[in-house]
Amino acid sequence: MHHYPEELIKELAAKAQQFRIQVLKMIYDSQSGHLGGALSCAEIITCLYFQHMKVDPSRPDWPERDRLLFSKGHACAMLYTALSHKGFFPIEELMTFRKFRSRLQGHPEPAKTPGVEVVAGPLGHGIAIGTGMALAGRIPASQKPSAMSAPTAMASAYRVYVLLGDGEINAGVIWEGAMAAAKFRLGNLTAVLDYNGIQQTGATADVMPTEPIADKWASFGWHVQEIHGHNVLEILTALDRADEVHARPSMIIARTTKGKGVSFMEYDNRWHGMVPSEAQYHQALRELEEGLS
Amino acid sequence: MKDEWVNMRLVYGRALVELGRTHPDVVVLSADVSNSDHSYMFEEAFPDRFFNVGIAEQCLVDVAVGFASSGKIPLANTFSFLFATRALEMVRTHLCYGRANVKLMGAYSGLSDSFDGPTHHSITDIAIMRSLPNMTIVVPSDPVSLNKLLLQVVEWPGPVFVRLTRNEAPVLFEEDHYPHIGGAVVLRQGTDLTLVGMGMMLDRCLKAAKALSKDGIEARVIEMHIIKPLDTLCILAAARETGAIVTVEEHSVIGGLGAAVAEAVTENCPVPVRRVGIVDRFTETGPYHDLLDHYGMSVAEILRAAREALSMKKKIPHP
Repeated sequence: MHHYPEELIKELAAKAQQFRIQVLKMIYDSQSGHLGGALSCAEIITCLYFQHMKVDPSRPDWPERDRLLFSKGHACAMLYTALSHKGFFPIEELMTFRKFRSRLQGHPEPAKTPGVEVVAGPLGHGIAIGTGMALAGRIPASQKPSAMSAPTAMASAYRVYVLLGDGEINAGVIWEGAMAAAKFRLGNLTAVLDYNGIQQTGATADVMPTEPIADKWASFGWHVQEIHGHNVLEILTALDRADEVHARPSMIIARTTKGKGVSFMEYDNRWHGMVPSEAQYHQALRELEEGLS
Repeated sequence: MKDEWVNMRLVYGRALVELGRTHPDVVVLSADVSNSDHSYMFEEAFPDRFFNVGIAEQCLVDVAVGFASSGKIPLANTFSFLFATRALEMVRTHLCYGRANVKLMGAYSGLSDSFDGPTHHSITDIAIMRSLPNMTIVVPSDPVSLNKLLLQVVEWPGPVFVRLTRNEAPVLFEEDHYPHIGGAVVLRQGTDLTLVGMGMMLDRCLKAAKALSKDGIEARVIEMHIIKPLDTLCILAAARETGAIVTVEEHSVIGGLGAAVAEAVTENCPVPVRRVGIVDRFTETGPYHDLLDHYGMSVAEILRAAREALSMKKKIPHP
């Protein structure tokens, strides 16, 4: 078990909060985007890219990199923010988000944005695509040199991470993928469920009840942990534990707050896809900046 | 043409095994129909590179996307209509928009799963797949063509939908025939009109051409094994040189081969085009060749369309 010094925990928490501010600015500036679910996954994404995952921004196609499938694609303002701060593309480019001719499309597109692994937007793809990626990782890479796979690399040297929204697990293909990942005993696959309890038109408990959520994933053959999804230490510890699980995929159910950090956005499904007014923007900015200290 | 009919599923299974030998990056995925489409032959030869995801076609395509993103060349196998309908969003989003290098091996296409009935007949798959940007559609018509084209499909960059048949197909080509993705094949020369066929319809086109020849009408016959991108040069040459075209497809006449040919001809070299195929309706259970005859794809129907096209050609000045 890793020991994480207090300074690192504080640094990651502050980074996550800075990312929230960045996301708010991007969505306000383009007058378009999805705030609620971006704010809820800030710590998860920060911990993955700035502590846990093995990635190299100078080599986005490095065959041995860990992969994050950002399955809840609508929240991609947070993904873009993390990728740019990690060095995959210039931070200044963030303010082109959702604008005409931008590399930062409304939903993620790997061909346009360095560091993005798969197209996302239509919900529910993450587990099944992650299953294919994790399976491919177990096969020794071809001896035949090709542009797409390094000739000598053992692709099993990477792990696959999937960030899911809780609304998106309404989709049937999530559970098809869940069965397949368990069947193939994918110990190199970890999913994190951003369990903020709210989806587009209301509470998940009303729209499509998912409880008992931990039991569901456990009964599908997954190793399951439940954590506080805004607690950096809990996230890092759970990711480490998931790495140690053999022959079973891992699910980390991260209890989060939709719209986290902005009082009038928290727990309110209207902020799934709404853009703040000027007054709301300034209040949200003030509250998020206060959260930095 | 030899009078020899071959089990196309066996040809496919053997071709997969050969691909497994020559292409170590190839993996084969199945939605639990491997003993139907004969991909089980690959499973027997390469058990570590074969993955059965269960009866879950959306998962099948998404898992293939994951393999492709990691440099493998996945060949996903299930029935054609399931790729085109149940798994369509995965195909559109990840294969076509995301350009995932996944090959969709569409089994039991057209009416070839005849006794399973209309639920299993695939008569709109080409129309659906053809509407998607970045998609390539390949329809092998005989064993030689299937063997040669499959190798190119695997090496073709990007998504491909391959339309396979369940049944026996006649041998049209000699072993030295080498089709390439992108180029139609002229099977028979002629200048009076052109018959454009795909898959199992080629045999019927050739029979129709023979019958027309007895009446002194020489029909050109084109094997269109690639529906998208369409070989428009070959089609437009046929329009210019023969002045009338009949398309023949084991598919709805809406959005398929006939539509693709008509679009190219109408915009570039307008001549009469008649489409032979299924006229906007569902089919029924029955023997394969009886169904083909009953649902508008008989030799007599091709002859009727040919005579209509010829009579229209006389009324319309040749461009």
